[in-house]
Amino acid sequence: MAEPLLSVTGLCRHFGGVVATDNVSLTIAEGELHAIIGPNGAGKTTLVAQLMGELRPHRGTIRLGDRDVTTMPSYRRSRRGIARSFQITSIFPEFTARDNIALAVQAHAGHNFRFWRAARTDPALRKPACAILDSVGLGHRADVPAATLAHGEQRLLEIAIALAARPRLLLLDEPMAGMAPEDAARMVRFLSQLKGKITLLLIEHDMDAVFALADRITVMVYGSVIASGTPGQIRANAEVRKAYLGEDELA
Amino acid sequence: MDPLLVLAQALNGIQFGVMLFLMAAGLTLVFGIMNLINLAHGSFYMVGAYAAAATFQATSSFLLALLAGIGAGAAVGILVEIVVFRRLYPRDHLDQVLATFGLILFFNEIVRMIWGPTALYATVPHFLAGQVEILPGAPYPAYRLAIIAVGLGVAALLYALVSKTRIGMMIRAGASDRVMVSALGVNVKVLYTLVFGLGAGLAALAGLMAGPIFTVESGMGENVLILAFVVIVIGGIGSIRGAFVASLLVGFVDTMGRAFLRPLLATVMANTAADNAGPALASMLIYLLMAAVLFFRPRGLFPPRTR
Amino acid sequence: MIMRKPGVVSSRALVTLVIIAVLALVPPVAATIGEGFYVDVFTRIMIFAIAALSLDIILGYGGMVSFGHAAYLGIGAYAVGILAFYGVDNGFLQFGTAILASAVAALFIGFVSLRTSGIYFIMITLAFAQMIYFLSISLNTYGGDNGLNIDRPSDFARLVNLSNATTLYYVVFAVLMLFLFLGQRLVNSRFGMVIRGAKSNERRMAAIGFPLLRYKLTAFVIAGAMCGVAGALLANQDLFVAPAVMQWTRSGEILMMVILGGMGTLVGPILGAVAFLALETVLSDLTGHWQAIMGPILVLVVLFARDGIFGLLSRIGVERSRG
Repeated sequence: MAEPLLSVTGLCRHFGGVVATDNVSLTIAEGELHAIIGPNGAGKTTLVAQLMGELRPHRGTIRLGDRDVTTMPSYRRSRRGIARSFQITSIFPEFTARDNIALAVQAHAGHNFRFWRAARTDPALRKPACAILDSVGLGHRADVPAATLAHGEQRLLEIAIALAARPRLLLLDEPMAGMAPEDAARMVRFLSQLKGKITLLLIEHDMDAVFALADRITVMVYGSVIASGTPGQIRANAEVRKAYLGEDELA
Repeated sequence: MDPLLVLAQALNGIQFGVMLFLMAAGLTLVFGIMNLINLAHGSFYMVGAYAAAATFQATSSFLLALLAGIGAGAAVGILVEIVVFRRLYPRDHLDQVLATFGLILFFNEIVRMIWGPTALYATVPHFLAGQVEILPGAPYPAYRLAIIAVGLGVAALLYALVSKTRIGMMIRAGASDRVMVSALGVNVKVLYTLVFGLGAGLAALAGLMAGPIFTVESGMGENVLILAFVVIVIGGIGSIRGAFVASLLVGFVDTMGRAFLRPLLATVMANTAADNAGPALASMLIYLLMAAVLFFRPRGLFPPRTR
Repeated sequence: MIMRKPGVVSSRALVTLVIIAVLALVPPVAATIGEGFYVDVFTRIMIFAIAALSLDIILGYGGMVSFGHAAYLGIGAYAVGILAFYGVDNGFLQFGTAILASAVAALFIGFVSLRTSGIYFIMITLAFAQMIYFLSISLNTYGGDNGLNIDRPSDFARLVNLSNATTLYYVVFAVLMLFLFLGQRLVNSRFGMVIRGAKSNERRMAAIGFPLLRYKLTAFVIAGAMCGVAGALLANQDLFVAPAVMQWTRSGEILMMVILGGMGTLVGPILGAVAFLALETVLSDLTGHWQAIMGPILVLVVLFARDGIFGLLSRIGVERSRG
């Protein structure tokens, strides 16, 4: 088996007395779509924050390829190819949709200490930004302020910002949170197009989507991993059914 | 260096420290619970000093002056809370800073309109006018000792209030979870007003005690306000314990620096150079202390866990 | 950035042009009506407009609520005063020193303060400004509390004569226009987009790969240096410098000018400086207790007119273009 793109070993993080991440180990292969599921409070978002470098783990290591990134700040990880989307939409509301993307493009284009030329008319930023907007189907909304986009559109913009960094590994924290069914279906279609092109870590509560999309699934409860495997294995796992899936219709 | 002089200056440092604590306690409570930054806190200090000095001049009664000072400070605090601050809780810190800046201009002018542009002179009540021999051959003003005693007493009371009583429980709950407090059926509005009045009363107490040491004049609250900011930044905003430790630290460092930095420098450099550098460095000392603390601990010495 | 309706864009541009035209015409108009002191009044207003403009670059675009901006005003003024004290009245040297000294101070203050955020940042910038204020008081060689007289204004190789009020006026005007133009380029450049992004959503900026501290610190230093120039100009107007120039209330006033005019626009602070100082002049003519009126006005502006004058004018523009 080739070296995994991401390998997490023995990750621990607590807040006061509350354990949020309890000895989590996990590997994700290049090109894989890996889903993490678990009830609310299972520590999924805390895990993403540690993978992105927003939160320092108390113990354990995070490796990206052959590189230990455990203590690397967010912006460096971003340059090494990790990007994330947020569960609570985190965009630049005053900027237009295009400027949202252009800023992310700019982050990786270098040359941020340019004080003279107008950024917004710079084709080196504008062209890639438009291309990314087109790819998520927001091309026609490029000049609309992000704050006035519809919720579903904002969720797409959220992911488009992350994609603009051209990541090798994209962490998606509940991309379908709060979406209307038709928007969610649109998102699932988009993610299935994305699958295979880059490595994806998907946190999601929508089980239909997870089981349809994921190559592998990891189940977390109270900060620890209780199972990890293919959708078929997870579906058949008695412990998972007891702890999490419960009386769910999946049964 | 004369050890007795060092002792006297150390006591001065503690005395200054407990006064800063009385200011800082209100600021940090109000920030911790209402998430409000209040520049006009120095106005309550000034109001307390003026009300007490004027009452003492009129009645020669120390007790009445004390009550009038604290009462006026707390009353003004409660009034301003109801009229202005309630509208500011949901606003961002910039708005709070600017609105309370406007209030400072207002109060400074009102005080000048009532008591005139010249400073009032507050006098020490005669039962505290003398000196106490703390060590043989080391007299120390009784009034300053009294301030230390009052300050430490208030600190102890405040500690008991916050950690032992029902109101304190609400205050602590309010600091960590607003929604929960209202769910408990506590009238948050009244709680906020009371906390605000308490903070204002403490500031007024500091002001009226400071009256006989400094002059009672318009704008007197501002320097001490900014020092109180330094204190709560060092201590960790929202933490009473942090405010107490940092108050004593700042009071001590500032006083000792002003007293001994020049002679200390004179031992290593020319006298004229020390004459220039000593006071300059002494005036910057606590700010450098603040910079150093923040460099290593950007959220202060005792950052509250919830924020 | 924010999409504006065409009517607003033109009304904003119109407001800008009107302000520039009015400021350009103050000296001839003042001469015509025989009220020469207006030239001095507006020189002062424009100097504070430069200070407010520089603050707005970090406040309105970068989201950094600095409550110590008057410190750079003081440093710039003292740079001129102290050099003049030693007989150096070369303007290039004086202004160069003013820029360098305020930039270095901003670098130090910013480096410590920008590690924090929110309320800590506000209080720390205030405290550092207070430190520099007390430092200036303790400098007995340079007059301490009483300040320092300056014998002659800055000498720019005898190209301009700053003792002439009208010449000084147009020099200040030119600096203001230059900074307005430079500011406009800056906030729309790649660098400008980074600090605006940092104001809008700091967490996201870090996640898309920006190490924010260096950009914010750069902006902080630029703003400090610009304000230092305002201080150097102020020293030339007053031919006097004292610690009072950087009293903490001055920082509050500059902040208030930005809010009054309209935060996050470059013309807003200019309008704000005009409005604030004009209000101050009018009220103080009315009564000695003018601050008792000014204070509540500021409170009301914050509570009810948060967009500032520029926002108000722009809105009127919209309504007219709709009606």
